[in-house]
Amino acid sequence: MAINMKEFKGRVLAAGNWEGEAVVSHQGVNTLATFQNSALNNKPEVIAGDQNNKDIYGKNITGKALCLPITIGSTTGGLVIQTVCAMGINPSAFLFSEHIDSLAASGIVLAKVWEKSGVIAIDMLGEDFLNTVKTGDKIKIAEDGTVTIL
Amino acid sequence: MIDYKMELNDEQIAILKGEKGDAMRQVLETVVLFGDIFGAKRLIPVTHKDTHLVTSFGLGVLKPLYACMEKLTSEGIKAQGYLTVDPRPLDYENVKCNPLEKFVFNKKMYSMQEEYESYLTKLGLKNSNAFTCACYLDEVGNIPKEGDVLSWAESSAVVYANSVLGARCNRNSGMLDLFGAIVGYVPEFGLVTDEGRKATWKVYVKTTKKPEAQILGSAIGMKVMEDVPYVYGLDAFLGEELNDEAKSYLKDFGAATASNGAVGLYHIDSLTPEAKRMGENLIAEDAKEYVIDDTELERIYKSYPVMWKKTDAKPNLVFIGCPHLTYEQLCKWTSDIVKTLKNKDMKKVSVRTVMTASPDTVARFKRTTKYELLMRSGVKLSSICPLMYTNNPIARGLHRIATNSNKLRTYSTSRYYKDAQLLDIITGGEAK
Repeated sequence: MAINMKEFKGRVLAAGNWEGEAVVSHQGVNTLATFQNSALNNKPEVIAGDQNNKDIYGKNITGKALCLPITIGSTTGGLVIQTVCAMGINPSAFLFSEHIDSLAASGIVLAKVWEKSGVIAIDMLGEDFLNTVKTGDKIKIAEDGTVTIL
Repeated sequence: MIDYKMELNDEQIAILKGEKGDAMRQVLETVVLFGDIFGAKRLIPVTHKDTHLVTSFGLGVLKPLYACMEKLTSEGIKAQGYLTVDPRPLDYENVKCNPLEKFVFNKKMYSMQEEYESYLTKLGLKNSNAFTCACYLDEVGNIPKEGDVLSWAESSAVVYANSVLGARCNRNSGMLDLFGAIVGYVPEFGLVTDEGRKATWKVYVKTTKKPEAQILGSAIGMKVMEDVPYVYGLDAFLGEELNDEAKSYLKDFGAATASNGAVGLYHIDSLTPEAKRMGENLIAEDAKEYVIDDTELERIYKSYPVMWKKTDAKPNLVFIGCPHLTYEQLCKWTSDIVKTLKNKDMKKVSVRTVMTASPDTVARFKRTTKYELLMRSGVKLSSICPLMYTNNPIARGLHRIATNSNKLRTYSTSRYYKDAQLLDIITGGEAK
């Protein structure tokens, strides 16, 4: 729920304090299509590879806060998130405007339990969040699930 | 012990305390934390013990997967039933590769294939033929009953099992599928509950002819995302009986809804089991509406980007069979190709063409006279995953792949063509 125009509160799935840059997808992010090329080729960064997602296609999403409604696509999705977290080329944070989907949830849990990853995940930030945040915005994440667009 | 919210029984708590080993503790922790995110009140037993896994490929980069499998197998852990798995990535006999492609496949990409299959065998792989995305076909035999609770992944198999077979399975990710099969429980939420199976979209198909399954599925997937659609109007084209033709159509339709969106379950009015039994009682209040007519289908089709470097070039490789073809589809494509070649006074297909089906379906097809006809036409028959093949960066540069699979189009640079266009292309026609 929006507290003011720039501050949003969501549900904490994987907590952390962080400050950095946002990359925004207004449509569901296809995990396999987005991450596979960079992961397969052992790239040091993920360049989003989903041709169907014009919002983020070709953008570097490593170390960013990936702002999205949900993830979509093949059910390898969770394993892909776990793998990029293990490789250290994951987005620093996944900020979902909606309730997290089952594939992304698998990935976040696998990354926490098996990789002890520090990836941050917050969901249910609301539609206003996704309508407000823009790619390139500086944002601050607090461990209580507050996301501030600076 | 981890903090968890759901209600667990004594056996489950003991596992979380590590009383059945560290690996089992981590497996159950993952399942429980995953369920907590979705507000699952408890875990429920998996009633169809045979599991279908999405991860079939020994990609060297998936180091977390092998670390986990090593831990599980070294502690003697197995799935409770047998495992079927998605298709293997390679088949050099039928899908030839140049030396550079082979180097990249063998050394850079699927360098862990042998080790991975060894892990799968230890965990309960059914047999060496158990590699297909269409495990639910009669020839393969991993077929749940209506109402069965599953721990499967592979988006196209999950949506088929839920929708066409009436089984109950969430869209699990790779690893969660295996973990549920090991502990024998899955969290109770979403598509395994009555409430979660209600449709929140009413989709009206108002086309003048039977829509291409893969375009219709794509349109619905992109519109409803992860919601459940109740589809009206398809029974006019498919009938009211789940015969082989209808099941083949729904296999392809579902795969497109799942890969172009995130659909895990659809209901087809008067056709799929729950829609037949419960009808409009399956539709939630305030369901949204989406009307699909010829114009809308064409709009969707024209929205697919062409990712070839030269967009006006001709394709030089065709893949048919993602998801793997049914026996009925293999027979129909063979008849269509043979008949069209004869009409055009041609002996062989003009573009390198690979059709893919499960090893067990291929074995059945090989026992028929159609197999010889297909081989004479120059078409190759394989059981690989076309997507795994197209993942090779070398292959991407070499090939302009044409396909009738919207899933393959989504995850690769392959170009989508309708069935009739594809038939024309491989029998000497000009690609448009």
